[in-house]
Amino acid sequence: MTEMNLRDALSKGLREALDTNENVFLMGEDIGIYGGPYAVTKGLFEDYGSEKIIDTPISESGFVGAGIGSSMVGMKPIIEIMTINFSLLAIDQIVNHAAKMHYMSDGQLSVPIIIRTVTGAGGRLAATHSQSFEGWYASVPGLIVVAPSNPSDALGLLRASINDNNPIIFAEHSMLYGVTGDVPDQYYETPIGLPKIIEEGNDLTIIAWSGMIPVAQEVSSKLKDKKLQTEIVDLRTLNPIDFELIFNSVKKTNKVVILDEYWETGSFGAYICSVIQENCFDYLDAPIAVVNSLNIPMPYSADLEDEVIPNTKRVLMKIDELLGL
Amino acid sequence: MDKQLAKKYLLGMLKIRQFEEACGRMYMQGKIKGFLHLYIGEEAIAVGSISELSEDDYIITHYRDHGHALARGMDPNKIMAELYGRVDGSSRGKAGSMHLFDSNLHFMGGHAIVGGHLPIAVGIALGLKKQNKNGLVVAFFGDGAVNEGEFHESMNLAALWKLPIIFYLENNQYGMGTHVKRSSANPDMLYKFADLYGMPSTKIDGMDVLTVRDSTREAIDKIRKNNGPILIEAMTYRFRGHSMADPSAYRENEEVQKWQKEKDPIELFKQYCISNDLLNESDFKSVDDEVKEIIQECLNFAENSPLPDMSVAKDKIYNIN
Ligand SMILES: Cc1ncc(C[n+]2csc(CCOP(=O)(O)OP(=O)(O)O)c2C)c(N)n1
Ligand SMILES: [Mg+2]
Repeated sequence: MTEMNLRDALSKGLREALDTNENVFLMGEDIGIYGGPYAVTKGLFEDYGSEKIIDTPISESGFVGAGIGSSMVGMKPIIEIMTINFSLLAIDQIVNHAAKMHYMSDGQLSVPIIIRTVTGAGGRLAATHSQSFEGWYASVPGLIVVAPSNPSDALGLLRASINDNNPIIFAEHSMLYGVTGDVPDQYYETPIGLPKIIEEGNDLTIIAWSGMIPVAQEVSSKLKDKKLQTEIVDLRTLNPIDFELIFNSVKKTNKVVILDEYWETGSFGAYICSVIQENCFDYLDAPIAVVNSLNIPMPYSADLEDEVIPNTKRVLMKIDELLGL
Repeated sequence: MDKQLAKKYLLGMLKIRQFEEACGRMYMQGKIKGFLHLYIGEEAIAVGSISELSEDDYIITHYRDHGHALARGMDPNKIMAELYGRVDGSSRGKAGSMHLFDSNLHFMGGHAIVGGHLPIAVGIALGLKKQNKNGLVVAFFGDGAVNEGEFHESMNLAALWKLPIIFYLENNQYGMGTHVKRSSANPDMLYKFADLYGMPSTKIDGMDVLTVRDSTREAIDKIRKNNGPILIEAMTYRFRGHSMADPSAYRENEEVQKWQKEKDPIELFKQYCISNDLLNESDFKSVDDEVKEIIQECLNFAENSPLPDMSVAKDKIYNIN
């Protein structure tokens, strides 16, 4: 085991991919000479050169489309969109092209592209720069969406993504790059689609992913004061999802809270909620609680941002109100 | 050019310079958060161009927007309070540095998605034209934005519909850490994009406030005569990092220093004023004193303004009037 932060785990995975697969190349805005907007690609330009690490113009639709095209003829592009907010300029390429190609060609064509992008709020970047669209992408058949919350999953999922032949949205939360954890030294992959129980407990299940995991952990530690044992399920992948593990947890605890950084209306968390209630209705002791960002464009001012994003206080209140815990 | 006008330009540029320097300091102290993009080095463009506009005209710009807002006459107190996230800010602390608005001044926003405001500029001009209104639109954007499809779509629409717009390209030669030579196939000819759309264009020295003023005046005259859009590419340089988060490893210190030493728009204009007997050292001092007072006042104002509460956060999501 080696302790490292999530940023370094991703960097390790990118280097590995560049070292072992000659068709891998990286492309995105300021990933090279600048050193990467979030420093994930720092040093790669120096070590791999401008053929492998391509700094693009600010042309999201253009370079995402170019990545898609190159993947259709044998390349393995790892594209970086600086943040998920800017992916909206490429959404036509992602949704209408990448996600449809394999299906519409009835399997003749594939789009094995990885689109790494930064999701989430927390940096006081205000309304246009604080959004969490990974759930949107997860709703599109043909796309795979992963959203790791810790270094070992980040590396394992990156490896699995590189070995996958589908278009993958790889969502990295801006507030998690510094999160540290142990990463196994021997090669491993984290299976796409498999959630993970990161804390075991019998009293309630919290389902979360990405930037909501630290909130889930804080809630869990607060509930310990009340002698309650929380089970935390980290989804890790938003599409596909192996629900068996989730159902089993629900059947054990009979109470569910879902945390989703997206807004309340039409959230991915609400979808998870609907699947659970359809499959585990008889096991539920209380309504399923979904805690989202408030339905407000992200305000800049510090206290307001903290209020809008699901926070420990609000989750505990909801647990009290709905679950009576 | 007379003494009074010279003072006005100097004050305009110095106000932006010192406002931005204060922002930089307050960012380091944690009073300002998020992304902060300073306009230091580019002051001549905002001041030279916006001073030529009338009340009827509209301005729309990108996230590096403090300079344009101040040049348009937006209240520095309101801007600083916004940057502090306080309730007396221009958007009551909800929008921050990248998103300044003042509709009374026809200042239609700082916009933080690169290129996203250019189609909107087209729409504002379309609306003005359809209502037979007098104003024209000035849209500021960077060298990085010309690589977005929206830039080209906007240029075509504006030319096709003969709309009154100045596309004001602030070419500071970098989009974040990427030099134009590494982002544009024909980097010395960005203004020539206009040719393809049958639009007049010029490339000017954006460090000389009088050149900027004259070129803008000429463009406005042309637009008023034939109503079609114009592109101005103003060459400039940002003296600070892209934002406060910039590691600045992509350019040599010597390059920055050379620009600061040889092309500082404020120093250049001071030299001009001295050689033309317009202003002297004591005038400079009095302008400087005046600006210092404005800056101190806006910092005090921001500091003393309360934080907004959740009712502010929930307000104005929809127009319920
Ligand atoms: C669509 C989109 N892509 C990327 C970004 C991130 N970003 C913000 S500013 C910037 C550079 C823009 O450079 P330029 O247009 O030259 O303006 P300058 O900052 O130099 O004034 C980038 C890449 C963004 N805000 N929006
Ligand atoms: Mg630029």
